[in-house]
Amino acid sequence: MTGPRAWVEEPLEPPPPKERGSRLLGNRAFLVSSVSTIVFFAVLTLVVVLAPGFRAVGAQFFSFRAMKASFFGVPEAGLPPIWRGFLLNVEVFMVAEVLILILALLIAVIRQIPGPVFFPFRMVAIVYTDLFRGTPLLLVIFMFTYGIPALQIQGLSTQGPVVYGGAALVLSYSAYVSEVYRAGIESVHASQMMAARSLGLTRWQSLRYVILPQAIRRVIPPLLNDFVSLQKDTALLAVVGPIEAVRAAGIYSSLRFNFSPYVVAAFLFILLTIPLARFTDHLIERDRRRRAGGGAR
Amino acid sequence: MIGNGEALRMEKVHKSFDATHVLRGIDLSVAEHEVICLIGASGSGKSTLLRCVNLLEDIDAGRIVVEGEEITAEGVDVNRIRRHIGIVFQSFNLFPHMTVMRNITLAPIKALKMSAADAEAGATELLERFGLVDKRDEFPDRLSGGQQQRLAIVRALAMKPDIMLLDEVTSALDPELVAEVLNVIRELAAGGMTMVIATHEMGFARDIANRVCFLDDGVILEEGPPAQIFTEPREERTKQFLQSIIEAGRM
Amino acid sequence: MRRILVAMAALGLLLAACASENSTVSGSGSPSAASCSKDSLNLVNPGQLTVATDNPAYPPWFKKNDPSNGMGYESAVAYAVAEGLGFGADEVKWVVEPFSKTYAPGPKSYDFAIEQISILPERAEVVTFSDGYYDDQQALIAIKGTPIASATTMAELKQYKFGAEIGTTSLVFISQNIQPTQQPAVYDHTSEAKPALENGQIDGMILDLPTASYTQYSIKDATLVGKFPFAGEQFGMAFEKGNPLVTCVNEALADLKSAGTLDQLQKQWLESYLSVPLIQ
Repeated sequence: MTGPRAWVEEPLEPPPPKERGSRLLGNRAFLVSSVSTIVFFAVLTLVVVLAPGFRAVGAQFFSFRAMKASFFGVPEAGLPPIWRGFLLNVEVFMVAEVLILILALLIAVIRQIPGPVFFPFRMVAIVYTDLFRGTPLLLVIFMFTYGIPALQIQGLSTQGPVVYGGAALVLSYSAYVSEVYRAGIESVHASQMMAARSLGLTRWQSLRYVILPQAIRRVIPPLLNDFVSLQKDTALLAVVGPIEAVRAAGIYSSLRFNFSPYVVAAFLFILLTIPLARFTDHLIERDRRRRAGGGAR
Repeated sequence: MIGNGEALRMEKVHKSFDATHVLRGIDLSVAEHEVICLIGASGSGKSTLLRCVNLLEDIDAGRIVVEGEEITAEGVDVNRIRRHIGIVFQSFNLFPHMTVMRNITLAPIKALKMSAADAEAGATELLERFGLVDKRDEFPDRLSGGQQQRLAIVRALAMKPDIMLLDEVTSALDPELVAEVLNVIRELAAGGMTMVIATHEMGFARDIANRVCFLDDGVILEEGPPAQIFTEPREERTKQFLQSIIEAGRM
Repeated sequence: MRRILVAMAALGLLLAACASENSTVSGSGSPSAASCSKDSLNLVNPGQLTVATDNPAYPPWFKKNDPSNGMGYESAVAYAVAEGLGFGADEVKWVVEPFSKTYAPGPKSYDFAIEQISILPERAEVVTFSDGYYDDQQALIAIKGTPIASATTMAELKQYKFGAEIGTTSLVFISQNIQPTQQPAVYDHTSEAKPALENGQIDGMILDLPTASYTQYSIKDATLVGKFPFAGEQFGMAFEKGNPLVTCVNEALADLKSAGTLDQLQKQWLESYLSVPLIQ
């Protein structure tokens, strides 16, 4: 039969149910990807394990005996424990991170206050950011640790290298993190500020209750990214004396001629990063879930 | 409140954005409890006019007097002025990170220094009045467009303003949601709120307005009671504008 | 999927660890005493002796940061050994190898490294050492007029904060012999400890006696407080593990010792520390 009427009159059949074959096809794709990944890593492992220098590398980098000894330390041989060094890293980044989050926010807010009265402050903020983002962190650590005491300023010049190194970390990172905050603030649509001001809220109130909460939520991933970076950079404090984890590993390493302690230190740092990375993911997911189902209805 | 019953007066107000001269001498007087509807083509300056009234934009010339006080004078506390003027926007501009209740109570608590209890009581009353009370702990993105705009109106009302400015508040809504918002506005008008409403909804304007002002090219070309404007417009441009509206089927 | 990847990585690591525990470090015991004639030597670059040292190359071990000028104790010893092996001065080539790389696994690009490396038993498991070419003693540098500068016994030193270079036996000396109440400060290079001493972040620096006798002059108001008794520590040249060249180098060293050359070189380059007080 042909013609439109005929088309309408023919009973419409429901489409056939999905073939089992298509489900199988889905399964097969998964199988292929799993197998190829396994094969890839198996080949990689074999290449490494069968390399002629593998034995030597294994002994030098993965000696369980050295890892254990370096982790707990060997006081009789003057080898400090890595775990204690790592505690120093943790202390430093805990304190530093809090200070960075606060200082960076301050800088970011200062930079966007309008009006000629605040021009000097804005200028200082800009110069500070340019200076500390432009100078390698290692240099800042040296300059602070050796420069400030040399100036012999009352009270300020008698701290230890951990304080100076920590200050270097805080000032250096705040310059970067303030840019992250700025990006967040600018990503909040101007209409939010308009709405808040139109209700009679002052500029500061609008910033504090409307803009900043939104801005900060948006930049949580890059903020946490910088935090992870900070955790590693605490190791730089070693160059001015303090025995943190990497340094402790280095001491064992150079006296016993074995690199395994470095692997231990690396492992400790990774252990730290993973929960933080998952926490970031969780925060993003929670934020998305809370706002899911939104949008136009 | 005070004064001679005149809620708002705009005298020879000019406003330019860079090279574009948007408001070219606005003269407008709004009495207390009056409802003024601003109609006109896009770009004629309706939004700009409203934003100048609550000082979201600075004017280049002229003056604006609200409840007897010249708000465009030197040294005026902008924040204080804004507390007495409510404005609702086309794109709602709700605070997405706050619940419905918090959206409403934020300004009364921080700007009016109301206690949290008082603010919430007032907010609840408004929510009940406008049928949103079961959403009080939701976030704005869970509301429909109509609910969001009603919430925006409630948020502005919570400040107990003397005058409400409504800037094309239904233009962004799906047609079936427009009615609920218009009903809210009707109720406000019935309750005696002084309002200046920029709108495309001609039928609504005809119902609710005490006066309709046709804005064309930065000036109020014609104003008068809705009956006169819509059936016997005097100006040629007004006629053309209304004609195009009819042809678009919006009347 | 991720679990599979993690399992693979863990498996790889496990394999590595197992293999390393079971491995005997490559290379046998002492290499056979073959001929030490110049043309039968086991060399990285045939026809020349390739020697490694660190950069900067400190005095009095080297001079002007140029190992090839023959000045400085280690430079002189290297050239003397080369001569004993049959190489002229122009047949000696210098390369840079940071200390930390001298014990990294893998083949070396040089014949031996000479950079104030102390012979320690654990180290000897990883590299092959020559016999000692210098008996080392530790020394203490401090700022003139500070309390520590007048110390005469080890016991008096316990209360102070010390600094030393990483990887040195100076560091071990602090922990094992002085046993101070405060953890020492550790630096990548001695030069980085200097500002710390100058501004009081450390009270004293521990380093080997010859380096100390030079370093005291490059620190403002510093003085060499004293030296510590010899504890059996010797510097040796570091060879790739199992390199048979070490036998020939040891022969050359033995010749230098018995001829008195080593002593003479020490007097020439490591002078003026004999009058330093002994702290014990």
